[in-house]
Amino acid sequence: MLTGALIVVISFAYVGLLFAIAYYGDKRADSGRSIIANPYIYTLSLAVYCTSWTFYGSVGRAATTGIGFLPIYLGPTLMAALWWYVLLKMVRISKAHRITSIADFIGSRYGKSHLLGGLVTIIAVLGIVPYIALQLKAISASFTTILQYPNTLVSFTSETMPFVQDNTFYVAMLLAAFTILFGTRHLDATERHEGLVAAIAFESVVKLVAFIAVGLFVTFGMFDGFDDLFSKAAAVPELNALLVQGGAGGNYTTWASLTVLSMLAIILLPRQFQVAVVENVNERHLNKAIWLFPLYLFAINIFVLPIALGGMMHFPAGTVDADTFVLTLPLSEQKTWLALLAFVGGLSASTGMVIVETIALSTMVCNDLVMPILLRWKFLGLTERADLSNLLLAIRRSAIVLVLALGYGYFYLAGEAYALVSIGLISFSAVAQFAPAMLGGLFWKGGTRLGALYGLSAGFLVWLYSLLLPSFAKSGWLPITFLTEGIFGIDLLKPQQLLGLQGMDEITHCLFWSMIVNVGLYVSVSLWRRPTAAEHSQANLFVDVLRHVAAGSGSRFWRGSATVADLQTLLGRFIGPERASESFAAYARSQGINGVEQLTANAVLVHYVESQIAGSIGSASARDMVASVVVEEPLALEEVMTIIDEASQALAYSRQLEQKSRELEAATNELRSANQRLQELDRLKDDFISTVTHELRTPLTSIRAFSEILGDNPQLESDQRTKFLGIITRESERLTRLINQVLDLAKIESGAAEWHPSALDMREVIEDATTALSQIYKGRGIQLTTDLPDGLPVVYADRDRIFQVVLNLLSNAANFCDKPESKVHVSVIEEDTALRIEISDNGIGISAADQNIIFEKFRQVSDAMAGKPKGSGLGLAISREIVQHYKGRLWVVSTPGLGSTFAFTLPLPRSKLAFLAA
Amino acid sequence: MPVHALIVEDEESILLSLEFLLTQEGYSVATAQDGAAALKAASARIPDLVLLDVMLPHIDGFEVCRRMRANPALRNTRIMMVTARGRETEVELGMALGADDFLTKPFSTRELMGKIRILLGKTTGSPPA
Repeated sequence: MLTGALIVVISFAYVGLLFAIAYYGDKRADSGRSIIANPYIYTLSLAVYCTSWTFYGSVGRAATTGIGFLPIYLGPTLMAALWWYVLLKMVRISKAHRITSIADFIGSRYGKSHLLGGLVTIIAVLGIVPYIALQLKAISASFTTILQYPNTLVSFTSETMPFVQDNTFYVAMLLAAFTILFGTRHLDATERHEGLVAAIAFESVVKLVAFIAVGLFVTFGMFDGFDDLFSKAAAVPELNALLVQGGAGGNYTTWASLTVLSMLAIILLPRQFQVAVVENVNERHLNKAIWLFPLYLFAINIFVLPIALGGMMHFPAGTVDADTFVLTLPLSEQKTWLALLAFVGGLSASTGMVIVETIALSTMVCNDLVMPILLRWKFLGLTERADLSNLLLAIRRSAIVLVLALGYGYFYLAGEAYALVSIGLISFSAVAQFAPAMLGGLFWKGGTRLGALYGLSAGFLVWLYSLLLPSFAKSGWLPITFLTEGIFGIDLLKPQQLLGLQGMDEITHCLFWSMIVNVGLYVSVSLWRRPTAAEHSQANLFVDVLRHVAAGSGSRFWRGSATVADLQTLLGRFIGPERASESFAAYARSQGINGVEQLTANAVLVHYVESQIAGSIGSASARDMVASVVVEEPLALEEVMTIIDEASQALAYSRQLEQKSRELEAATNELRSANQRLQELDRLKDDFISTVTHELRTPLTSIRAFSEILGDNPQLESDQRTKFLGIITRESERLTRLINQVLDLAKIESGAAEWHPSALDMREVIEDATTALSQIYKGRGIQLTTDLPDGLPVVYADRDRIFQVVLNLLSNAANFCDKPESKVHVSVIEEDTALRIEISDNGIGISAADQNIIFEKFRQVSDAMAGKPKGSGLGLAISREIVQHYKGRLWVVSTPGLGSTFAFTLPLPRSKLAFLAA
Repeated sequence: MPVHALIVEDEESILLSLEFLLTQEGYSVATAQDGAAALKAASARIPDLVLLDVMLPHIDGFEVCRRMRANPALRNTRIMMVTARGRETEVELGMALGADDFLTKPFSTRELMGKIRILLGKTTGSPPA
């Protein structure tokens, strides 16, 4: 038989062990050799989720609802699968902004709102304090059970005992001391508590080992393994019902709502936020925790059913409370030490929860409730006080004592009342109210402070009305008519049948209504009002956190001026001057700046200081404090929009730059090819000049040679003199013609030529040209015929130029005709859009290769049969220029030996086209 | 035996003037108006002197010069190239191909005859010693 003294000693020894572990953990952390910086400790610390409610309550719940206890563990398992996205975001945001609690997180998300942070704190305290009380009750009940066994049904009521004699009171005091010691050792910007986490992880091991030990004992000691146990249970009809889903195990709606609730609880319970987010050392630890944590849950649940079934078969119905099976089964078999281990396991489940929850709540109360109010009360002069760190510590410690005192007080007053028994799920329902603001805030930029405030308040009120107050009524603190008839006797306002909704259990009912109003208001109010500038900037930082660089990302939307000294002094007031100067030095190093005095008070530094202070007093207050030394120019929404505009302009500008650079590249290519063209033209020009020079020198050579011959030989016979003088004259004419044509071509090509267009009758032009050349044709015996139809449409062109073209083509034709019976035929053909003039000869013809080059300058066709061509070599080039000037074409078709046809077109005026079309 | 000269020139009036000048000097003169005819004439009767125009149809003066120099029978023949373009590069090319002298159009008849006399005197005239 266990004596009370032994149990007390063991209890205190156990808590003493926690002190030792926490102390060791802190020592190691101080010396930089963390014992918690691994995913296993992280996972074990997450197992603070499993409280005495798990340790004792699961068995109790299994005894009444069978597998109905499972959703509470199914939810977290499902949620764990989403951690890599949801929790990772929360961790990264919290690290970047030094967020210390869930109240801080939500307040910070919606524009660093004091009001929202405060509201979350109040909801958390109201929802969680009874839960803490439940843990204290578990300690007390287990103590009584183990002490008074086998008198198992002696009702333990705290009212019978003054609290100074209640061991639970001392346990609570001890826990307060522990929490103060390891939870508020110093004010750290990161607000991490390594020793505490180490102790919590240790507790998770203890409760798991203890529970499995009892399970193994029941399954293999009292029965012959699972087969034996389950087959014996299946033989008992009322036990068999427990094993079937949908039987005693609760209906599907209950399952669904409990699963959803526990999914939310695993990330929204303040203690879970504390261990999973705030105490997280390295976000990579999440990767392992995602599958390790569900594994832990699985392990601690394996023996729930065996213990429950074993207990129910072992004890006569109604003699032992199923909640105590974990203790009473070993006791009934005289396994005292196993019962003691189970007791310690239960103790560890309770204390772990109480410690972490207290830390989390006290941080919230201090940072999000007390400090904002104190800082606002100007008469306290807090904003001027030099060192606030001691005050902060005092507040934090008082908050711890307060939270535990509230918990103990609730336990002391509520006792066995219904309000305590069912508080686990009621707490879950309370924190579930954070879900819309939290998850919406993580993934939806449109969520606003007002939306969160309305949704949270309304959801909270529904929870209060439909779950908390009814639990009070069931405890007898409120008239039971409140529950059965509704407030003021209005049926529709029956707390657990709101608007007549029936057929749901109370948890599902509350979840249904509270989520409808919470989500509904959050979304609709958010959509109704545009976010303010501050909300907008925070929304971007939170929602896009996985895309931002973590450090200093909050500084983008900030403008203002401050001095480094002011900022350092400010930080010193919260974390102490020495730590502040260390912190500034560390910051300077991280920025690669040589010494604090070199720092400039830019946005990044201000943000750094703000986040350091945020660790101590919460982000909303931190912003106020920074604002007291920083002359900040507040950003209106318009300015944020301007910043965004500038960003998009910068983007557009960079696109323009890209475009410009592409254009530049294209221009460079054009320049390059233009340059090549120029070089080509330069070469052509050189060739041209060289050719012109040659063409000029040739007649000059003759002229000079014969002039000198005539001069040197006065005795020359007269017919020879006449011949030589004739050559000189002819060559002079040739020279003149050449010079004129070169100048002519140059003028046309450079665009300097004058054009005098008029209405031309091509028939008349051609007749004039044939008349002009008739003597030459006659002289050479070439027959010239024409086919010039009447009523040809007029074309608009320079008469002299077109005449020049016809004349040139006619004289070329004559030159190509060197045989008897040569014929040249000129015709005009009217086409749809142009007149075509053809000049055909039956002369020597032009080879296909030569047809391409005869239009080039000085490229005459010289054939052995034709002898030396007689033209300047510029006639066709000039003719083509003229025709092309009037948008016509000049070309040749020829068969060598049979003759050539030169043709050119002159477009008809548009009015003529219009006339034809009509 | 008189000096035999071959005039290669496609421009008729210039050919006429050169023919007059060399005949007056007492040379026997052959003429050709393109490269092919020039090479044919040169192998028909080996000339002492060739006046060779550069700008000839089909086979130009440079090619004619190169082929003449490739013919051992013409090793004593003096070649004077005549060009209307007068570029440095042409002079160099012509000399490299084995031309003995160069003359640019339009030329002075006296200068032409002077150059020819010097050219022929060097090889065919009596040695000074």
